Amino acid sequence: MIELKGLTKAFGEVKAVDGVSFSARDGEITGLLGPNGAGKTTTLRMLYTLMKPDQGQVLVDGIDAAVDPIAVRKRLGVLPDARGLYKRLSSRENIEYFGRLQGMDEATIARRIDGLVKALDMGEIIDRRTDGFSQGQRVKTAIARALIHDPKNCILDEPTNGLDVMATRAMRDFLRHLKAEGRCVLFSSHIMQEVAALCDRIVVIAHGHVVADASPDALREQAGTTNLEDAFVKVIGSAEGLAA
Amino acid sequence: MKTSITVFLKEVRENIRDRRTVMNTLLTGPLMAPLIFVLLINGIVSRELEKAEKPLPVPVIGAAHAPNLIDALKQSGIIVKDPLPDPERAVRDQEADLVLRIPDTYAEAWSKGEPAQVELIYDESQRDAQGSVSRLRRILDGYGQRTSTLRVVARGLSPTILRPLVVADRDQSTAQARGGMMFSMLPYFFILGAFIGGMALAIDTTAGERERQSLEPLFANPVARSRILLGKLGATSAFALTTLLLSIIAFSFAGQFMPTEKLGMTLSIGPHFALLTLLAMLPLVFLIASLQTLAAAFAKTFREAQTYLSLLMFVPAVPTMLMSLFPFKVETWMYAVPLVGQQITITRLMRGEIVSAGSVGLCFLCTSIAAVLVYFLTARIYQGERLAIST
Repeated sequence: MIELKGLTKAFGEVKAVDGVSFSARDGEITGLLGPNGAGKTTTLRMLYTLMKPDQGQVLVDGIDAAVDPIAVRKRLGVLPDARGLYKRLSSRENIEYFGRLQGMDEATIARRIDGLVKALDMGEIIDRRTDGFSQGQRVKTAIARALIHDPKNCILDEPTNGLDVMATRAMRDFLRHLKAEGRCVLFSSHIMQEVAALCDRIVVIAHGHVVADASPDALREQAGTTNLEDAFVKVIGSAEGLAA
Repeated sequence: MKTSITVFLKEVRENIRDRRTVMNTLLTGPLMAPLIFVLLINGIVSRELEKAEKPLPVPVIGAAHAPNLIDALKQSGIIVKDPLPDPERAVRDQEADLVLRIPDTYAEAWSKGEPAQVELIYDESQRDAQGSVSRLRRILDGYGQRTSTLRVVARGLSPTILRPLVVADRDQSTAQARGGMMFSMLPYFFILGAFIGGMALAIDTTAGERERQSLEPLFANPVARSRILLGKLGATSAFALTTLLLSIIAFSFAGQFMPTEKLGMTLSIGPHFALLTLLAMLPLVFLIASLQTLAAAFAKTFREAQTYLSLLMFVPAVPTMLMSLFPFKVETWMYAVPLVGQQITITRLMRGEIVSAGSVGLCFLCTSIAAVLVYFLTARIYQGERLAIST
């Protein structure tokens, strides 16, 4: 369960995020949709405590991120916008490193990696050095290391960015798999179809504000149109920066 | 602590797989200094020895005016060469190191018992020729003195009348100290070794991670950044320390091949020297690693970090240069200054002088304090929220 209350963040004069509030529930997929530069990444960075909000509060399973950031990070699995791997280490070594930093013991790490290899179909790449990996292989490794500690809450910043059609489909299946396990899944995207196909709940951000927070059906109703794409354009105010 | 060890092991493992880093740590860094030294010292020694024993060719103008003087010169190992048409120009153009001119008036003045003049034409700014000039001057002075002694005796006087004052040299420098003067650059090479050994890791673990976009996911883990930093500094220090250790071993080994005895010098390079040098350098290695990481944390890219760290490498050269330009008396407080303390300690150890336990302790303690301060400063920079963000 993730709750954001009135988050504000300014860089100099520019208010990147201006009073963002929403919640993401367990067992649901929440989509954070918005054009490029709407403040999605900054919002998520405040959520996983990389940045401190100027105002507002972040609660993860009821824990205040300002009070105990380390406990909050323990409950989060984070795939940030930046997803660099260590090229001179194998995929497994990359994942093990994060498992150890999570404070897990070696046996649990090994067991958990086996599970993730199956779920993400990484059997062929797990013991290869990550140098020369394709974009899809890199994202798989980055997701596996983000979820090594079996977190209740999963945050993914544009997880399908740069993936081809097959890899994107596999990613969507994986997100549904996480939801079926009862986790709270929050992901950001600027692609409408993806959000429409996956989400139980859609939070639309534009210019640092939340402009809509509803289920896909409710969103269509709210905008008074049966077409979801028209609904998005209507709530955002323009089609700028949105990809179909 | 477990976090720091995890980070440390990962950084070491990752960098051991990088061939260029390993080459720098194990070969270039530690071997450069001793190699340069052996070449340098061998060059100096063989040149000095060659000069001292070799016959010295000197163009002489007007040799016919002074046959006795010419005989005396030949006996002392001077080869009398044909005169040059324009000796002043030849010396200026470095065609000749020095030229001796015997004027027409020489023979007349000599036979009258008046001071007979000879001219020595040379260029004071030519360092290379200085040895030859002073050698010829010594020979001429000796000839003059012998002649004056003979003249005084011929007049029935004691030759001691010509020597009212005698200066006896009592050089108090030990053979080790004369060696140490030549080796005053050595501490700098050790410090430079530590710089080179840690450089790759300092850049890779901070600026490199950010440029490769792996710092943000790393910081998403539930651990304090200061612990991560500690592990990274540990790995950087470990590589720097390896370089230093190999450097000291290589130097101790190379020292045996240096013909220092021929120059009348002895170097005290043994286990005692190696151990105390290591002790004095230990906190400095950590201080350097922290400084390098601090500088790398300010850089946006790998290349920028390389530029900063290359500039940083000149810092330890400053005390070395000042100390060789301005000789000074060693005071206790100097041991407390990082870099200077190590410089003095290593130099004195090499010269076979006693460095008290208190001095080494002071050097160790103060450099350690500086290292801890720089660590805290770097940890503060690490807390900054812009640090992790690559774009």
